[in-house]
Amino acid sequence: MKFTARVRSSLAVILPPIVLGVVFIALWQAWVEIKDVQPFVIPKPSAIIDALREDPDLVVKASVVTGVNALVGLVLGSVIGFVAAVLTNRYRLVGDLVNPLAVTVAAVPAVVIVGVLNNMYALDSQIGRRLMVTIAVFFIVFVQVAKGLRHNNPTQMELMDSYAATPRQVLLRVRIPNTMPFLFTAIRTAAPIAVIIALVSEYFGGTQDGLGSKISGTLNGSNKALGFAYVVGGSIVGLLFFAGSSLLEYLVVPWQRRRVHG
Amino acid sequence: MEAVRVAGVSKVFNQGAVNQVDALVDIDLDVRKGEFVSLIGPSGCGKSTLLRLIADLIQPTTGEVTVNGKTAHQARLDQDYGMAFQQSGLFDWRTVERNIELPLELKGWDKPKRRARSAEMLTLVKLTEFSQHMPWQLSGGMQQRVAIARALAAHPELLLMDEPFGALDEMTREHMQAELLRICRETGTTVVFVTHSIPEAVYLADRVVVMSPRPGRITATVDVGLGRDRNELTREATEFYDRVTEVREALRGTHVGDVVAGLEDR
Repeated sequence: MKFTARVRSSLAVILPPIVLGVVFIALWQAWVEIKDVQPFVIPKPSAIIDALREDPDLVVKASVVTGVNALVGLVLGSVIGFVAAVLTNRYRLVGDLVNPLAVTVAAVPAVVIVGVLNNMYALDSQIGRRLMVTIAVFFIVFVQVAKGLRHNNPTQMELMDSYAATPRQVLLRVRIPNTMPFLFTAIRTAAPIAVIIALVSEYFGGTQDGLGSKISGTLNGSNKALGFAYVVGGSIVGLLFFAGSSLLEYLVVPWQRRRVHG
Repeated sequence: MEAVRVAGVSKVFNQGAVNQVDALVDIDLDVRKGEFVSLIGPSGCGKSTLLRLIADLIQPTTGEVTVNGKTAHQARLDQDYGMAFQQSGLFDWRTVERNIELPLELKGWDKPKRRARSAEMLTLVKLTEFSQHMPWQLSGGMQQRVAIARALAAHPELLLMDEPFGALDEMTREHMQAELLRICRETGTTVVFVTHSIPEAVYLADRVVVMSPRPGRITATVDVGLGRDRNELTREATEFYDRVTEVREALRGTHVGDVVAGLEDR
């Protein structure tokens, strides 16, 4: 009984978006067929699936290139953002140095930075793109963790005070653990953005092996179906990043999941 | 030697500013070793401020606070007291056991010694089978028991409590009061207990200190004299009601007739 109830409630969550997706694709297919839209304007979903089947390796390889760029940037940006936030909280001078810098970097258009970074490294290098993702992720994580470090439970702080705990002990035992929900919310927010930035960065030169390059190349050509197949690859990478970071949050801050779900 | 001695203490917040508050004025209070003292009074009477002065979480503007014959500051450094608040203040990322061990960890105890002590404290608060639970898996009353276990983990002689049962429902609250009395009997701990519940103050304490606001001061002291063996029958005893009435009248600051007159003035 309990099991069937559980299955039923899961289905209630999963089914509606699936139905919506299927209906959307069916309408798309019907529209292209009935209106006889030319394949170089918009391909049929069935043609996109055919393109994916024909040479899945093309899409997978490009997805891996972009996915790895996004992942490297996400990890680096999260680590640097976290460390920077902790240091700025602990040492006033670091805060005075980093805070304006972080705001400035966030205000500079990404396009400019990618251009500069691409010129700094060899043509076949992925470093520029990875750094671009790092910068974007850094800012999101830095701001959230800094917020988390200031967000203290007054009772816990008084308690640590009553133990005559040192600032270092308070940092390690209270402040940093308290930032974990903020850190993982930031990572969850930053993960899909990391994929988008990795993909868009490829529009500004460099090697032509990632999803962004392939999409801009094929969507301008006649094989629109393959172009859309790359877009599907990008969506899947983005979803994987979102799912992965959500799972991480679920595992690392279990007390948060109870708060969210009642 | 008194467990707590507060002599000529006053506390002014925002001194000299327009929003200056005389939180406490001319406070003298001695608490004997092993005594249970309740501080009661309306909001703003400075009872929590007084508790925090004893805990050295804030410093007095004038006067002196000594704990176990030391300055309050030295007593805090030596972890001579344990503290519990209205919020349990448990750490979500630590198991019940590791929450209780926190003060010991900060004192530099090694792990086997900490484990042994937390097991002992869990037995004391009757939560042994929950040692590996996370705080958010426990009920409010259980969380408060863990907080008390943590406050007593280092075997302090003094326990400072700020409305620890304030957020609990009435049944849980009475149960927790009985548990606290049992724990104090077993450990011989001195307690200073802040509350705004009259029956709670009387049921728990050897002495009820009544405070009044603007400025915060002690207006009366009621010796409860119900003996140490208190149980559910105590709550129904005539003496208990007499003491409750006595505290209630002290809280009104004057006799019943005058209060009625005072109400008419409004």
